[in-house]
Amino acid sequence: MHFHWSFFTHLLFSPPSSFVHGAITTVYVAVVAQTLGVALGLVLALFRRSRRVPLRIFASGYIWLVRGTPLLVQLVMVYDGLSTLGVYSFNNIQLLGISITGVVQAGILTLSINEGAYMAEIMRAAIDSVDRGQTEAAESLGMRRHQAMRHVVLPQALRIVVPPLGNEFNNMLKITSLLSVIGLQELFLAGQDLNSATFRTFEIMLVVAIYYIVMSTVWAAIQSVIERRLEARGGDLVEHVPLRTRLFGGGALAATGQLMRGAR
Amino acid sequence: MIDTSVARSARADGEGGAKPAVECISVQKTFGRLQVLDDVSLTVERGEVVVMIGPSGSGKTTLLRCMNHLERIDSGELWVNGHLIGYRRTVKGLVEESEAEIARQRAEIGFVFQHFNLFPHLTAAQNVTLAPVRVRRMPRAEADANARELLARVGLADKCDTYPRQLSGGQRQRVAIARALAMKPTLMLFDEPTSALDPEMVGEVLEVMRGLAAEGMTMVVVSHEMGFARGVGDRVVMMDAGRIVEMGPPERVLDQPQEERTRTFLSKVLH
Repeated sequence: MHFHWSFFTHLLFSPPSSFVHGAITTVYVAVVAQTLGVALGLVLALFRRSRRVPLRIFASGYIWLVRGTPLLVQLVMVYDGLSTLGVYSFNNIQLLGISITGVVQAGILTLSINEGAYMAEIMRAAIDSVDRGQTEAAESLGMRRHQAMRHVVLPQALRIVVPPLGNEFNNMLKITSLLSVIGLQELFLAGQDLNSATFRTFEIMLVVAIYYIVMSTVWAAIQSVIERRLEARGGDLVEHVPLRTRLFGGGALAATGQLMRGAR
Repeated sequence: MIDTSVARSARADGEGGAKPAVECISVQKTFGRLQVLDDVSLTVERGEVVVMIGPSGSGKTTLLRCMNHLERIDSGELWVNGHLIGYRRTVKGLVEESEAEIARQRAEIGFVFQHFNLFPHLTAAQNVTLAPVRVRRMPRAEADANARELLARVGLADKCDTYPRQLSGGQRQRVAIARALAMKPTLMLFDEPTSALDPEMVGEVLEVMRGLAAEGMTMVVVSHEMGFARGVGDRVVMMDAGRIVEMGPPERVLDQPQEERTRTFLSKVLH
């Protein structure tokens, strides 16, 4: 079998609706899971810095468990495992007039749980990187500890978080392909389904790969705009990384990303 | 935990009269094995400007930080405006105050840091309004008008909407002073306010401090600016190795020091 050019170009430029829906699902699941993951990560990071020991233990235990187990295992446990145990089955629900299938709920839930653990570490590093003098200055003005955190430390920490957060989301876009194992119809599974009907594996996966790279490139451009805007508004807290570096690697961003992510 | 003096307690429980702005009684503090404050007693009267000098590591900054409870003390008592700062007297001795109460006490005390510690994500005016709005629940418009007035007073009327990174060191420190003043403190503490500045910026900051002193603000200043100590200080306190070596009017301590350590220190600073 040789490379089938017309099959490839046809698939690339006029994809079947399963591809379009798959790509939309990929983006939608990634955005929702990342957003929930960020919120969860913030809460966990605050727990880890809390004065209450049970909260600290909970957060540390959570992060330890989630980061110590493969996402694939977590996915199958949550979606299939809980159901076979009879603990919980994900059924389709209606939310604000949109129907959300059980498998999408399970996928988003698991990805959020997983991402929350990684975001917690990133948030904590960002919070710790805000100079101690900032808290002291806020407290010397009579602000309570929580006020100092909310009005002085967190706004600065969130700016520091933006570059590694961009990395996380880039990763999230691609990691959604793992949801195919629980049968979530995202981009990769759409490709797999077409593959089992046509056996044009290379052409199909090349198109799928191109779709992914287009999505992550668009995201890199958006991130670049966000960071430039933050830079214009807020101080020299976020170093601007040119789009070229962002796409092709190298420089400080890659270093921080690696440092903060650890081995996944 | 703390050795209390009966005479002092009676007075501090507060029957009228002008209580001193700051009263340290046998304050002790250690960092690990290092005794940073060793039996320090010092009274600062209202309206007084006290300048603390001494070699680095002598404990002067630590003492200043204890005055608004940025550092805890191990024993002794530290009164500000007639309140035990950071502690509450109970039958079991002194225990640390609640976080809310400590915050309330700090709101009355201005603190100016060596490295300014301005909030980099806020403009100069927002730096000044943050605490009045969040702590005093002052309406934003009123806080903003106050901030602009204060910034004008420190000579920065045109920098209200500028972010700290776009300001020079001297300008940053003046914003920091305005920020502290916005809470209408009764006591201002300055921790080496000019030592992180380029020499040509020192004057503008000292000028603002001189103005404050002239208005009768009670000030405790850790500084090596001998000109300021001489011109503005009512009293100079010389510290070394966690102890007060000597104190008195600037002309006496700076010109006719009684202690050898003061003489050695001054000869190093002045040359």
